[in-house]
This record gives sequence, structure tokens and C-alpha cells, in this order.
Amino acid sequence: MITAVELGLIYAIVALGVYLTFRILNFPDLTVDGSFTSGAATAAILIVNEVNPFLATAAAFVVGAVAGLITGLLHTKGNINGLLAGILTMIGLYSINLRIMGGANVPLLGEDTVISALRGVAGTGWNSVLVLVAVALVFKLLLDWFLHTDSGLALQATGDNEQMIRSFAVSTDRMKIIGLMLSNGLVGLAGAVVAQFQGFADIGMGIGLILVGLASVIVGQAIFGTRVVIQATMAVVLGAVIYRLAIQFALNAGLNPNDMKLMSALLVIAALLLPQWKGFRRIAQWRKGRSALDAAAEATLTSEANVPGKKVG
Amino acid sequence: MLRISDVSKTFFPGTVNERRALVEVNLGLAAGDFVTVIGSNGAGKSTVLNTVAGRIGQDEGKVELDGRDVSKLKEHQRAAQVGRVFQDPMAGTSPHLTIEENLSLADKRGRPRGLALGVTKAKRERFAEALKVLELGLEDRLKTKVGLLSGGQRQALSLLMATFSQPKILLLDEHTAALDPQRAELVTRLTKKVVEEQQLTTLMVTHNMAQALEVGNRLIMMHEGRIILEVPEGEKSKLAPEDLLAEFAKIKGAVIDDKTMLQ
Repeated sequence: MITAVELGLIYAIVALGVYLTFRILNFPDLTVDGSFTSGAATAAILIVNEVNPFLATAAAFVVGAVAGLITGLLHTKGNINGLLAGILTMIGLYSINLRIMGGANVPLLGEDTVISALRGVAGTGWNSVLVLVAVALVFKLLLDWFLHTDSGLALQATGDNEQMIRSFAVSTDRMKIIGLMLSNGLVGLAGAVVAQFQGFADIGMGIGLILVGLASVIVGQAIFGTRVVIQATMAVVLGAVIYRLAIQFALNAGLNPNDMKLMSALLVIAALLLPQWKGFRRIAQWRKGRSALDAAAEATLTSEANVPGKKVG
Repeated sequence: MLRISDVSKTFFPGTVNERRALVEVNLGLAAGDFVTVIGSNGAGKSTVLNTVAGRIGQDEGKVELDGRDVSKLKEHQRAAQVGRVFQDPMAGTSPHLTIEENLSLADKRGRPRGLALGVTKAKRERFAEALKVLELGLEDRLKTKVGLLSGGQRQALSLLMATFSQPKILLLDEHTAALDPQRAELVTRLTKKVVEEQQLTTLMVTHNMAQALEVGNRLIMMHEGRIILEVPEGEKSKLAPEDLLAEFAKIKGAVIDDKTMLQ
């Protein structure tokens, strides 16, 4: 239980990154599958080579941001479809990650890590959970703050109405690149912490990560709402913890760990399909009295697959 | 202030859909000029505006803003000096951001956007003051998401935002066409007011002849990518809608004549 919550709080940073691209920029970024492992690999190899673990974790942020930069350049300057740009970077990173690690995994047994530092300060009980809560909140608050600065508002508008924000002299290309860099930086950093948490970096640890991030964002926002940014980011953090607890619960109930990815995929599909079901929408509106706008935001998720002209209200 | 020299633009060149949208268009606006542009569908009115804004690159010719050649600048680079209101009331604002956040975005046009907070107490007071001009009560709804406003309210806000940081030139692309008559009247009135107050150099496309005569000091009529009539300052006030209709009829006659000739 405590382990699940701890892991959930670390994955909350991934979820915040995915929220930034997926919700704010309206950009389904698959780079994260690769940049997560890149962050883990970078931090692991630095730690094995006696670099300060906090410095190594910061380096993972930078490496993740570079991955985001590549996707951003492919998409904006190369005019490559966003999904494909992310996939290209992700696939390319697989080889790079193997190069960084010099093999398929790097064990961190007995090394000084940020997690061993945490255990030294707060042990393994609820105290350490409290520390991780504080860490997750710091990232959440930093993101809240950034999104309300002049740059952050321009970033939000880029995902909301590109034509409009361009007519106010903002380079939407630049905003997308900044968003992708920040997002993948956060994901890389989270990858570094996860590697230190589990005691190794592994080439396969990022596979399917986009679904973990999406599930956290969608589940959290479905439960806690998205009315304003500070509420939406809080929902994302809580969503990551809930997702981790759900997995823990499923495993305890005897689910085969090999089926986990399928379960994640089914969970995301359910979260995307349910809001389209009329009965569910009526319940949700009745229960929360949500604004039409929130429902519209919900609809944008599925809009590409939507029947043209179908109103979601 | 604005000079368009020999600008030509052809869409889909070399295909069966080839369309010459602009043919060697020349147009100059002095500071403070308010020019209305009329013409039938496909006459090239919107293309002129889009060429000035940089949304469409011209094939030939030059666009100068305030004496500076901006022909090669990108849309967002030109936007530092160009304010725009679109026909679609949804196009000029960001629906998921609040009224005050939208105004903050407009406020920063042409200035570097850093890590200072977008909305502060001082700014909020300034925004509320500016919103009072619209007489829509929006100054009391600063934290309302713009997506919840009606089309007329959004278009009025778009107009305020487009003119908020005093652009060198204001481009209005049939910005009242999608509104009901009452709202259109309001937005037209606001347009006159704000252009007058700020002495904005303005280029306005419209379908509505009465509106084209009501506002502005000059008028041009376009047809098939060419400017076919220029009404200078002073003469415009003497024109009546019938005169413009007569001009339109002349073009139509010319078209028929051409066809007859071909047969």
C-alpha cells in the first residue's frame, strides 16, 4: 500500500508532463515512452560513476528535454504529423538508451540514490510518503505558476486557439517546442527517480508509459474536475496515485502481471468511451452541475473519432 | 502607413483549379485612413487582408508597413504591428482562458513574454476599465471563461483585444457578418468608436454596402482580384448604396459581354 502510494507520487510527475502536452497543448506526444527510459538510463549511469544522485536526476531532466526538443523540431520545422514525430523520436531513443547504458540494464544496488537519501531522512513509512507528497506538490505548484505567466498563458492559448494567439504575435512553433521540452524533461526526471526507486534502469521500463500518463490524467480529471488549472493539476497528481493503487489492488486480487498493459489500455479506452454514453453524461452533469465548457473539453479528447456535427453538451 | 505594391497571388497554380486571387493590386493607406473593401464572393477581399497579415504569402509584389518591407516576415512576426478581427466570433479569443487572461495575452502583443504573472491586480483594474467601453458588463466577469460568452460578446471582446495594444494597422474581415443585426450594430458602433479614439489605420472587408458607406473615409471595390473602383476621401460621403449597386451592375454587364464575345 505504502509502496504503491510512493510510486504513484513519483509517477504524478509523469502525469503532469503528459497533462502539459496532451491537455494544454492538445498534442498526443508519444516521445515519453523513450524519454522516460532516457532519463532513467542517464541518471543510472551517472550514479554508477559516482555522480551526486541529485545532480544525476537533474541531468535526466535535461536529457528528457532534449528528446522533447527533437520531437518539437520534427513536428514544427519538419512539418511531420505530431503522432509520427513522437513515434520517430521514441524509436530512435531505444537505440540511444542502449548506448547510454551500454546494455539492457544498469543495476543500482548499494549506490547512493535520491531514494536512499529519502530513506535516510524519513524511513520507509508514512513519513517518506509525506516527503514525496511535498515533492509532487512542488512540481504541481511550479507548473501552476508557469501556466499563469505571460509565457504560460501563450502556451495555453497555443493549444486552445492557434490562429488567435498567432495574431497576437506569438510563435506557436516555439510554444509547442517549449511545451514538449518541459513535458519530456519532467518525464525524464521521473524516469530517473523510478530507476532509483526500483534499484535499476531497464531498457523496457518506458514501454506503455504514455498509457500510464493518460490513464492518470483522464481518471484524475474525471473524478476531480478540470475547471481551473490548479484544480486540473491536482486532479492529475491524485489520478496518478489512484491509478497506482488500482494496479496494486488488481495484482493483489490475483491478476497476472503480464496482463497489466492490457488492463491499462482497457482502462483508458473505458475512460474515453464512458463520457460519450448519454446516461453517463446525464449522471455526471446532474451530480456535479458541470459547465458546458468542461463537457466540451471532455469532447475534444474523442473529437477526432467523433461523428461530424455530433454535439456533446 | 500601409503600402501594397503590385501584389499578385494565384491559388493552385498549374492545376485545373487555378484561381488568380489577386492581380497586381496596388493600395496605399495613410496614417489614420479607414478603408472599407467591398466586392462579390471570390473578389479577393479577404486575400488582400490575409496577404497583409502574412497568413498568405504573395507570389509577387511587396507589402510595406510603416515604411518597412514586411513581405518576407512570418504571420506572427507581422502580428506585432497588425491587429485582426476575424469573421468567426470564435476565432479571435481563447475559449478555455478567462476574459482577463485573454486580455493579458492581447496586452503583451509585440513585447517579450517572460515569466512574470500574466494577470496582476494592477492589470486587472486596467482590464476592467477597458471592458467598460463595451457596455456589456464584462468588467464584472473577468474570471469567466471566454467560451461561455455569446458570439456577440466574444466578437466585441475580440475587437477590444485586437486594438488593445494600439497596432499600427487594424484588419477587420467581415467581423460583423456572423452576428445578428442587433449585435452587428453594436460591434460596428464599437469599431467606429475605437478607430476614432485611437486614430487607427484600418482596412475593413464587408459584404454590407450600407455598412461600407457608413464607416470609414475611403472605399474600394474589388472584382476578380483587381481593385476596380476607388472612392477617395470626401467623395465617399456623397455615395449612396444605389451608386454602388450600379457599379456592381456594370461589372456584371462586362462579364456577360465577355462571354458573348467568346461565343
